[in-house]
Amino acid sequence: MPKVTVYVTLKPTLLDAQGRTVETALHQLGYDEATGVRLGKIIEMQVPADGADADGIRRRVAAMCDKLLANPVTEDYRIVVGEDGSAA
Amino acid sequence: MSSGSGASSLRLGVIVFPGSNCDRDAGCAWEELGLGEAVYLWHGDHDLQGVDAVIVPGGFSYGDALRAGAIARFAPIMTEVARFAERGGLVLGICNGFQILCEAGLLPGALVRNEGLRFVCRHVGLRVETIDSPFTALYTPGQVLSIPVAHGEGRYACDEETLAALKAEDRILFRYCAADGAVGEESNPNGSLESIAGILGGPNRNVLGMMPHPERAIAGRLGSADGRLLFEAVRQALQARLPALTAA
Repeated sequence: MPKVTVYVTLKPTLLDAQGRTVETALHQLGYDEATGVRLGKIIEMQVPADGADADGIRRRVAAMCDKLLANPVTEDYRIVVGEDGSAA
Repeated sequence: MSSGSGASSLRLGVIVFPGSNCDRDAGCAWEELGLGEAVYLWHGDHDLQGVDAVIVPGGFSYGDALRAGAIARFAPIMTEVARFAERGGLVLGICNGFQILCEAGLLPGALVRNEGLRFVCRHVGLRVETIDSPFTALYTPGQVLSIPVAHGEGRYACDEETLAALKAEDRILFRYCAADGAVGEESNPNGSLESIAGILGGPNRNVLGMMPHPERAIAGRLGSADGRLLFEAVRQALQARLPALTAA
Protein backbone atom coordinates (compact mmCIF):
# COMPACT_ATOMS: atom_id res chain seq x y z
CA MET A 1 0.00 0.00 0.00
CA PRO A 2 1.58 3.31 -1.04
CA LYS A 3 2.76 5.54 1.70
CA VAL A 4 1.83 9.19 1.29
CA THR A 5 3.52 12.04 3.10
CA VAL A 6 1.98 15.50 3.31
CA TYR A 7 4.09 18.49 4.28
CA VAL A 8 2.11 21.45 5.61
CA THR A 9 3.84 24.80 6.12
CA LEU A 10 2.75 28.34 6.85
CA LYS A 11 2.51 30.53 3.77
CA PRO A 12 5.74 32.48 3.18
CA THR A 13 3.81 35.73 3.55
CA LEU A 14 2.99 34.88 7.17
CA LEU A 15 5.42 35.30 10.02
CA ASP A 16 6.36 31.85 11.30
CA ALA A 17 6.87 32.69 14.97
CA GLN A 18 8.12 29.20 15.85
CA GLY A 19 10.53 29.16 12.91
CA ARG A 20 11.92 32.52 13.94
CA THR A 21 12.49 31.30 17.50
CA VAL A 22 14.24 28.13 16.33
CA GLU A 23 16.41 30.17 13.97
CA THR A 24 17.46 32.44 16.82
CA ALA A 25 18.35 29.39 18.92
CA LEU A 26 20.43 27.96 16.08
CA HIS A 27 22.30 31.24 15.77
CA GLN A 28 22.96 31.28 19.50
CA LEU A 29 24.51 27.83 19.10
CA GLY A 30 26.84 29.22 16.47
CA TYR A 31 24.99 27.99 13.38
CA ASP A 32 24.79 31.40 11.76
CA GLU A 33 24.47 29.83 8.33
CA ALA A 34 20.93 28.62 9.05
CA THR A 35 18.45 31.13 7.63
CA GLY A 36 14.83 31.03 6.56
CA VAL A 37 13.91 28.42 9.20
CA ARG A 38 10.26 27.41 8.88
CA LEU A 39 8.38 24.87 10.96
CA GLY A 40 5.53 22.78 9.67
CA LYS A 41 3.71 19.51 10.03
CA ILE A 42 4.28 16.13 8.46
CA ILE A 43 1.23 13.95 8.00
CA GLU A 44 1.89 10.35 6.98
CA MET A 45 -0.73 7.91 5.80
CA GLN A 46 -1.24 4.70 3.90
CA VAL A 47 -3.57 5.02 0.93
CA PRO A 48 -4.67 1.94 -1.04
CA ALA A 49 -3.93 2.48 -4.72
CA ASP A 50 -7.11 0.73 -5.93
CA GLY A 51 -5.76 0.86 -9.46
CA ALA A 52 -4.92 4.57 -9.27
CA ASP A 53 -1.46 5.73 -10.29
CA ALA A 54 0.62 8.18 -8.28
CA ASP A 55 -1.21 11.13 -9.84
CA GLY A 56 -4.58 9.64 -8.97
CA ILE A 57 -3.51 9.14 -5.35
CA ARG A 58 -2.06 12.63 -5.28
CA ARG A 59 -5.38 14.08 -6.43
CA ARG A 60 -7.26 12.27 -3.68
CA VAL A 61 -4.81 13.42 -1.02
CA ALA A 62 -4.94 16.97 -2.40
CA ALA A 63 -8.70 16.88 -1.82
CA MET A 64 -8.03 15.79 1.77
CA CYS A 65 -5.65 18.73 2.17
CA ASP A 66 -8.12 21.23 0.74
CA LYS A 67 -10.90 19.96 2.96
CA LEU A 68 -9.14 19.26 6.24
CA LEU A 69 -5.38 18.84 6.43
CA ALA A 70 -4.34 22.38 5.52
CA ASN A 71 -6.00 25.78 5.93
CA PRO A 72 -5.87 27.47 2.52
CA VAL A 73 -5.84 30.89 4.16
CA THR A 74 -2.61 30.36 6.04
CA GLU A 75 -0.92 27.18 4.85
CA ASP A 76 0.65 25.56 1.79
CA TYR A 77 1.02 21.82 1.34
CA ARG A 78 3.19 19.43 -0.64
CA ILE A 79 2.35 15.79 -1.28
CA VAL A 80 4.88 13.02 -1.75
CA VAL A 81 3.69 9.59 -2.90
CA GLY A 82 6.05 6.69 -2.41
CA GLU A 83 7.48 4.21 0.05
CA ASP A 84 10.18 6.65 1.04
CA GLY A 85 8.87 10.06 2.01
CA SER A 86 12.04 11.66 0.73
CA ALA A 87 11.50 10.39 -2.84
CA ALA A 88 9.76 12.69 -5.28
CA MET B 1 -31.26 26.47 34.36
CA SER B 2 -34.05 28.93 33.55
CA SER B 3 -33.99 32.53 34.57
CA GLY B 4 -37.64 32.08 35.46
CA SER B 5 -38.47 35.56 34.31
CA GLY B 6 -41.47 35.65 32.03
CA ALA B 7 -40.21 38.58 30.02
CA SER B 8 -36.84 36.97 29.41
CA SER B 9 -37.67 33.82 27.58
CA LEU B 10 -34.93 34.19 25.01
CA ARG B 11 -33.04 30.94 24.56
CA LEU B 12 -29.32 31.04 23.89
CA GLY B 13 -27.90 27.86 22.38
CA VAL B 14 -24.39 27.06 23.62
CA ILE B 15 -22.54 24.53 21.48
CA VAL B 16 -20.56 22.00 23.51
CA PHE B 17 -17.65 20.14 21.91
CA PRO B 18 -15.35 17.69 23.65
CA GLY B 19 -12.77 20.13 25.01
CA SER B 20 -15.00 23.20 25.24
CA ASN B 21 -14.29 24.97 28.52
CA CYS B 22 -16.12 28.28 28.30
CA ASP B 23 -19.53 26.82 27.55
CA ARG B 24 -20.76 27.19 31.13
CA ASP B 25 -19.28 30.68 31.40
CA ALA B 26 -21.24 31.73 28.33
CA GLY B 27 -24.47 30.11 29.49
CA CYS B 28 -24.07 31.52 33.01
CA ALA B 29 -23.41 35.02 31.66
CA TRP B 30 -26.64 34.90 29.69
CA GLU B 31 -28.63 33.65 32.68
CA GLU B 32 -26.89 35.76 35.35
CA LEU B 33 -27.65 38.87 33.35
CA GLY B 34 -31.29 37.83 33.31
CA LEU B 35 -31.43 37.71 29.53
CA GLY B 36 -33.03 34.30 29.29
CA GLU B 37 -32.22 30.63 29.32
CA ALA B 38 -29.11 28.78 28.17
CA VAL B 39 -29.61 25.61 26.17
CA TYR B 40 -26.53 23.38 25.85
CA LEU B 41 -26.25 21.73 22.45
CA TRP B 42 -23.96 18.70 22.05
CA HIS B 43 -21.63 18.68 19.04
CA GLY B 44 -23.09 15.41 17.77
CA ASP B 45 -26.66 16.73 17.71
CA HIS B 46 -28.45 17.68 14.51
CA ASP B 47 -30.94 20.07 16.03
CA LEU B 48 -30.61 23.61 17.41
CA GLN B 49 -33.83 23.07 19.37
CA GLY B 50 -35.31 26.33 18.17
CA VAL B 51 -32.89 28.57 20.09
CA ASP B 52 -32.93 32.32 19.38
CA ALA B 53 -29.16 32.76 19.10
CA VAL B 54 -26.09 30.53 19.16
CA ILE B 55 -22.74 30.81 20.94
CA VAL B 56 -19.76 28.78 19.80
CA PRO B 57 -17.73 29.00 23.00
CA GLY B 58 -14.07 29.00 23.90
CA GLY B 59 -11.95 26.03 24.79
CA PHE B 60 -9.88 23.45 23.00
CA SER B 61 -12.35 21.52 20.89
CA TYR B 62 -10.95 18.09 20.01
CA GLY B 63 -7.75 19.07 21.78
CA ASP B 64 -6.89 21.52 18.98
CA ALA B 65 -5.78 18.50 16.93
CA LEU B 66 -4.33 19.52 13.55
CA ARG B 67 -5.33 23.20 13.96
CA ALA B 68 -7.61 25.00 16.39
CA GLY B 69 -11.14 24.52 15.10
CA ALA B 70 -10.18 22.28 12.17
CA ILE B 71 -12.04 19.22 13.42
CA ALA B 72 -14.90 21.01 15.16
CA ARG B 73 -16.12 22.58 11.95
CA PHE B 74 -17.18 19.13 10.72
CA ALA B 75 -19.24 18.32 13.82
CA PRO B 76 -22.87 17.53 12.91
CA ILE B 77 -24.20 20.50 14.88
CA MET B 78 -22.07 22.88 12.79
CA THR B 79 -24.16 22.12 9.69
CA GLU B 80 -27.12 23.48 11.62
CA VAL B 81 -25.14 26.47 12.91
CA ALA B 82 -24.13 27.32 9.32
CA ARG B 83 -27.73 27.05 8.14
CA PHE B 84 -28.87 29.24 11.05
CA ALA B 85 -26.21 31.84 10.23
CA GLU B 86 -27.12 31.86 6.54
CA ARG B 87 -30.74 32.55 7.48
CA GLY B 88 -29.59 35.57 9.47
CA GLY B 89 -29.55 34.00 12.94
CA LEU B 90 -27.21 35.59 15.47
CA VAL B 91 -24.06 33.51 15.99
CA LEU B 92 -21.29 34.49 18.42
CA GLY B 93 -17.93 32.77 18.16
CA ILE B 94 -15.67 33.50 21.09
CA CYS B 95 -12.00 32.47 21.20
CA ASN B 96 -12.01 28.84 20.02
CA GLY B 97 -15.47 29.63 18.65
CA PHE B 98 -13.92 32.36 16.48
CA GLN B 99 -11.32 29.86 15.25
CA ILE B 100 -14.07 27.36 14.45
CA LEU B 101 -16.20 29.88 12.55
CA CYS B 102 -13.17 30.85 10.46
CA GLU B 103 -12.35 27.21 9.74
CA ALA B 104 -15.99 26.68 8.78
CA GLY B 105 -15.83 29.57 6.33
CA LEU B 106 -18.56 31.48 8.18
CA LEU B 107 -16.00 34.22 8.79
CA PRO B 108 -13.06 35.14 6.56
CA GLY B 109 -9.43 34.68 7.53
CA ALA B 110 -7.83 32.46 10.14
CA LEU B 111 -6.15 32.56 13.54
CA VAL B 112 -2.56 31.44 13.88
CA ARG B 113 0.02 31.06 16.64
CA ASN B 114 0.62 34.20 18.72
CA GLU B 115 3.61 36.14 17.49
CA GLY B 116 5.37 35.82 20.85
CA LEU B 117 4.50 32.09 21.00
CA ARG B 118 3.19 32.58 24.52
CA PHE B 119 -0.28 31.76 25.74
CA VAL B 120 -1.65 35.19 26.69
CA CYS B 121 -4.10 35.32 29.59
CA ARG B 122 -4.94 38.81 30.87
CA HIS B 123 -7.29 41.75 30.49
CA VAL B 124 -6.67 43.76 27.34
CA GLY B 125 -7.95 47.05 26.03
CA LEU B 126 -10.48 46.66 23.27
CA ARG B 127 -11.65 49.52 21.07
CA VAL B 128 -15.14 49.39 19.63
CA GLU B 129 -14.60 50.06 15.92
CA THR B 130 -18.23 50.05 14.83
CA ILE B 131 -21.56 50.03 16.57
CA ASP B 132 -23.35 49.00 13.39
CA SER B 133 -23.93 45.43 14.56
CA PRO B 134 -26.35 43.52 16.75
CA PHE B 135 -23.43 42.89 19.12
CA THR B 136 -22.05 46.38 19.63
CA ALA B 137 -25.12 48.57 19.17
CA LEU B 138 -25.17 49.59 22.85
CA TYR B 139 -21.56 50.76 22.99
CA THR B 140 -20.31 54.09 21.69
CA PRO B 141 -17.94 54.33 18.73
CA GLY B 142 -14.34 54.30 19.92
CA GLN B 143 -15.30 53.18 23.41
CA VAL B 144 -12.47 51.34 25.18
CA LEU B 145 -13.43 48.11 26.94
CA SER B 146 -11.45 45.96 29.33
CA ILE B 147 -12.01 42.31 28.40
CA PRO B 148 -9.83 39.27 29.15
CA VAL B 149 -8.10 37.21 26.49
CA ALA B 150 -6.85 33.66 27.02
CA HIS B 151 -5.35 32.10 23.92
CA GLY B 152 -2.22 30.79 22.26
CA GLU B 153 -3.47 31.02 18.68
CA GLY B 154 -5.18 34.36 18.36
CA ARG B 155 -3.18 36.16 15.72
CA TYR B 156 -5.71 37.11 13.09
CA ALA B 157 -4.49 36.65 9.52
CA CYS B 158 -6.10 37.16 6.13
CA ASP B 159 -5.07 38.19 2.63
CA GLU B 160 -5.04 41.82 1.50
CA GLU B 161 -8.23 41.46 -0.48
CA THR B 162 -10.11 40.19 2.57
CA LEU B 163 -8.68 42.94 4.76
CA ALA B 164 -9.75 45.57 2.25
CA ALA B 165 -13.26 44.10 2.16
CA LEU B 166 -13.48 44.01 5.96
CA LYS B 167 -12.59 47.69 6.06
CA ALA B 168 -14.78 48.76 3.16
CA GLU B 169 -17.76 46.94 4.67
CA ASP B 170 -17.08 48.21 8.20
CA ARG B 171 -16.77 44.65 9.48
CA ILE B 172 -13.89 45.11 11.90
CA LEU B 173 -15.68 45.16 15.24
CA PHE B 174 -12.87 45.36 17.80
CA ARG B 175 -9.19 46.25 17.84
CA TYR B 176 -6.73 45.71 20.68
CA CYS B 177 -5.75 49.06 22.14
CA ALA B 178 -4.11 50.88 25.03
CA ALA B 179 -6.15 52.35 27.88
CA ASP B 180 -6.44 55.65 25.99
CA GLY B 181 -7.70 53.88 22.88
CA ALA B 182 -4.46 54.11 20.93
CA VAL B 183 -3.88 51.16 18.64
CA GLY B 184 -0.30 49.98 18.14
CA GLU B 185 2.22 47.21 18.54
CA GLU B 186 2.56 47.73 22.30
CA SER B 187 -1.11 46.99 22.91
CA ASN B 188 -1.34 44.09 20.45
CA PRO B 189 -1.13 40.92 22.59
CA ASN B 190 -0.63 38.41 19.78
CA GLY B 191 0.63 40.16 16.65
CA SER B 192 -2.82 40.20 15.11
CA LEU B 193 -3.08 41.81 11.67
CA GLU B 194 -3.86 45.51 12.23
CA SER B 195 -4.63 44.67 15.86
CA ILE B 196 -7.88 42.98 14.83
CA ALA B 197 -9.60 41.34 17.79
CA GLY B 198 -13.08 40.75 16.38
CA ILE B 199 -14.88 40.78 13.05
CA LEU B 200 -18.37 40.55 11.62
CA GLY B 201 -19.75 38.23 8.97
CA GLY B 202 -22.97 36.68 7.78
CA PRO B 203 -25.51 37.91 5.25
CA ASN B 204 -26.91 40.44 7.70
CA ARG B 205 -23.93 41.34 9.92
CA ASN B 206 -25.22 38.56 12.11
CA VAL B 207 -22.08 36.51 12.77
CA LEU B 208 -19.51 37.67 15.33
CA GLY B 209 -16.03 36.28 15.86
CA MET B 210 -13.78 37.63 18.62
CA MET B 211 -10.80 36.32 20.57
CA PRO B 212 -11.48 38.15 23.89
CA HIS B 213 -14.03 36.75 26.32
CA PRO B 214 -16.96 39.13 27.00
CA GLU B 215 -18.67 36.34 28.98
CA ARG B 216 -15.87 36.63 31.54
CA ALA B 217 -16.48 40.36 31.95
CA ILE B 218 -20.05 40.70 33.14
CA ALA B 219 -19.59 41.91 36.72
CA GLY B 220 -17.20 44.12 38.65
CA ARG B 221 -16.25 41.19 40.88
CA LEU B 222 -14.81 39.50 37.76
CA GLY B 223 -12.57 42.50 37.13
CA SER B 224 -14.75 44.08 34.49
CA ALA B 225 -18.40 44.40 33.52
CA ASP B 226 -17.62 45.74 30.05
CA GLY B 227 -18.90 42.62 28.33
CA ARG B 228 -22.43 43.07 29.61
CA LEU B 229 -23.57 45.47 26.93
CA LEU B 230 -22.59 43.01 24.23
CA PHE B 231 -25.06 40.47 25.58
CA GLU B 232 -27.66 43.15 26.28
CA ALA B 233 -27.32 44.25 22.65
CA VAL B 234 -27.91 40.68 21.52
CA ARG B 235 -31.07 40.56 23.59
CA GLN B 236 -32.26 43.86 22.18
CA ALA B 237 -31.61 42.69 18.63
CA LEU B 238 -33.42 39.43 19.27
CA GLN B 239 -36.42 41.16 20.77
CA ALA B 240 -36.62 43.51 17.80
CA ARG B 241 -36.49 40.58 15.39
CA LEU B 242 -38.61 38.11 17.28
CA PRO B 243 -41.90 38.61 15.41
CA ALA B 244 -40.16 38.12 12.07
CA LEU B 245 -38.40 34.98 13.24
CA THR B 246 -41.56 33.50 14.69
CA ALA B 247 -43.38 34.09 11.43
CA ALA B 248 -40.63 32.29 9.48
